[in-house]
Amino acid sequence: MPKQTTNVLIVGVGGQGTLLTSRIIAQVAVQMGYDVKVSEIHGMAQRGGSVVSQVRYGEKVYSPIIKKSDADILLAFEKLEAARWLDYLKPGGKVIINDERVDPLPVMSGKLKYPVDIDKRIANLIPDTTIVDATRMAEECGNSRAANVVLVGMLAAAINIPAEEVENAIREMVPAKALEVNLKAFREGQKYLSATLNRL
Amino acid sequence: MKKLMIGNEAIARGAYEAGATVATAYPGTPSTEIVSTFADYEGLYAEWAPNEKVALEVGVGASIGGARTLVAMKHVGVNVAADPLYTFSYTGVNAGLVLVSADDPGMHSSQNEQDNRGYGRFAKMPVIEPADSQEALDFTRLAFDISEEFDTPVMLRVTTRLSHSQTLVETGERVEVGLKDYKKDAPKYVMLPGFARLRHVEVEKRILQLKEYAETTELNRMEWGDKSIGIITSGVSYQYLREVMPEVSVLKLGMVNPLPEKLIRSFAAEVDRLIVLEELEPVIEEQLKAWGLKVEGKELFTLLGEYSPEMIEEVLLGISSRKGSGLDQEIPPRPPLMCPGCPHRGVFHTLKKMKLHVMGDIGCYTLGALSPLDGMDACVCMGASIGMSLGMEKANGEDFARKVVAVIGDSTFVHSGITPLIDVVYNQGTSTVIILDNDTTAMTGHQDHPATGKTIRNLPTRKLDLPALVKAIGIEHVRIVDPLQLDEFRQTLEEELNRREASVIIAKRPCALLVKKAPDKEFYVDPELCKSCKLCIKIGCTGIYWVEENRKAVINPNTCVACGLCPQVCTFEAIKIVEG
Repeated sequence: MPKQTTNVLIVGVGGQGTLLTSRIIAQVAVQMGYDVKVSEIHGMAQRGGSVVSQVRYGEKVYSPIIKKSDADILLAFEKLEAARWLDYLKPGGKVIINDERVDPLPVMSGKLKYPVDIDKRIANLIPDTTIVDATRMAEECGNSRAANVVLVGMLAAAINIPAEEVENAIREMVPAKALEVNLKAFREGQKYLSATLNRL
Repeated sequence: MKKLMIGNEAIARGAYEAGATVATAYPGTPSTEIVSTFADYEGLYAEWAPNEKVALEVGVGASIGGARTLVAMKHVGVNVAADPLYTFSYTGVNAGLVLVSADDPGMHSSQNEQDNRGYGRFAKMPVIEPADSQEALDFTRLAFDISEEFDTPVMLRVTTRLSHSQTLVETGERVEVGLKDYKKDAPKYVMLPGFARLRHVEVEKRILQLKEYAETTELNRMEWGDKSIGIITSGVSYQYLREVMPEVSVLKLGMVNPLPEKLIRSFAAEVDRLIVLEELEPVIEEQLKAWGLKVEGKELFTLLGEYSPEMIEEVLLGISSRKGSGLDQEIPPRPPLMCPGCPHRGVFHTLKKMKLHVMGDIGCYTLGALSPLDGMDACVCMGASIGMSLGMEKANGEDFARKVVAVIGDSTFVHSGITPLIDVVYNQGTSTVIILDNDTTAMTGHQDHPATGKTIRNLPTRKLDLPALVKAIGIEHVRIVDPLQLDEFRQTLEEELNRREASVIIAKRPCALLVKKAPDKEFYVDPELCKSCKLCIKIGCTGIYWVEENRKAVINPNTCVACGLCPQVCTFEAIKIVEG
């Protein structure tokens, strides 16, 4: 077991399902015998605000929150949120961005601009960036709402946690009627990231 | 195997294991999951009380009646419950009572960031502060024993970061402590002056005994390391500290009131530099200074907001935040906002158009204060809107009152809106109160309350009849209207405002998140008819957005729930139903 703590930062917009993703990853880390801490945001921010879930696992974990410049991986359910939390990524860390744009209120009302090509600019700054259309992939698996599980698949591949364990966690946490779609979504996400890594 | 639990679940588990049979609360972030989790244990009593004062009073009765009792609330809820709390400290308990105060440093979901450790000193009761979920469970169990041993309510003080962080927990078995015998004991429980004077003597004796207990309890522990710096800390700050300075000597306090003076002095004597690390107020630091100890605290660490590992690193190790990506300058903020289909949007759109002075209240609808709705003049605490609107009228006169409304949610109205409405009637106010009745306590995650007709376990109960209640108070003009029917809502509001008598409008429509069925229609913006006036954008809904390139509004079919508000706002009839 590596002594070093692994820091996973999952960001998005309230309502996108970041909580389920962090809980699946955390559950897997528990099953693997790690000390685990997860920090979540409940309450007001869930109403369409910027949300963050932090998962930390390793031999011994103290703080439930990740320091700036200390995240091994940043998983963003939305492009702008990737940029907002980018300073939390450690040098050499990985970024996975869901190719989804959700305009915040000041942009919707035309007061501020949604930064142009924000995902590509992140990719220029961070060499290990993967951009994916998880919503479309989930649609192809049978339900666009499984986009968060596509992202779980990519995350699992990126931080090298065993697929079998993740699938067990999904079985525990997802209702039976949605299970098949979710397992498929997970495998597609995993395949996608592995294929991307092979290209590099 | 150990299980992951958020702090709140662990507290509920601790109360369960301690043999508690009664739990009561009013929902409030970050405390809500404590009693909702307790309600999952079968055969025990759990309730949503109408407010925190009632919750604690039910708890006091249960404790005197012999049941171990858990009462939970957010920090500002303790203000509501402060009246029974201070005197309950005098009577003491029969069976143990643990009051959880969930504080919110950083105000993730609150109107202030008061530090409720202060209540411990004020009410002369022990305050216990866990630093992770395992401690939340263990300390809660122990708190019941302390409560009974010292005949006192015990405050378990937690913060958002503990309440909503999952850490590993080893659970134990429940002990069936049974009910304690109830015997009438008026000198102990009837707090009239003659008896209360005697009880105050007991309170002062008790706090001295608790000080002795604090010296030796396992709740406080010294961790020796490098003695050039010794840090006294508690709660989640301990974890941040250990993350960045694993080598330093630490006195970790699990009991933050009363403080163990001898233990602290012995710790101070061993280290070269003594520092207190505590979020928010210098509660510990000031006591150390009063004892004459040389200690650093708030000259190093801020009084504001939530702490973090990097903040401690920066202050104590001089490592400043590393270079940023440089993108942050152009990232628009993403404040929370009302959901598509939210009934409150119709209300605030109308209030803004009518240029009214709006006395606001606590709930999702407080978001109506934000741009582009900009629909609120003041918001202070639960239930304040109605009293404030009466005060506005008494200061500025009846003509001014034609432009003043109070807006208050259904759950908030039941919480603390009824008595100020009685004041409006009694003292002949003439303004209008709008009760935003969405049939739930929405902001905290959809808890039931007396006017939903369901209990905490979703079982049917007698439903509080809001119109009948309001009429019984003496409001003669009570109107019920759907806030998403804009014309009708506005007309009703104009009529009631113009009437020089107190009135109540119940804006009734269930929370959009409770509507389970898919929308029966779809809308689109006809670009031929759209005149780029942006009226529809100004309702601040994620279901419709502005495209600058062709200067047109566009419906987002993924988020729109076809509530029908924007077509009513559009003066060019450009928003139409998709045929077929």
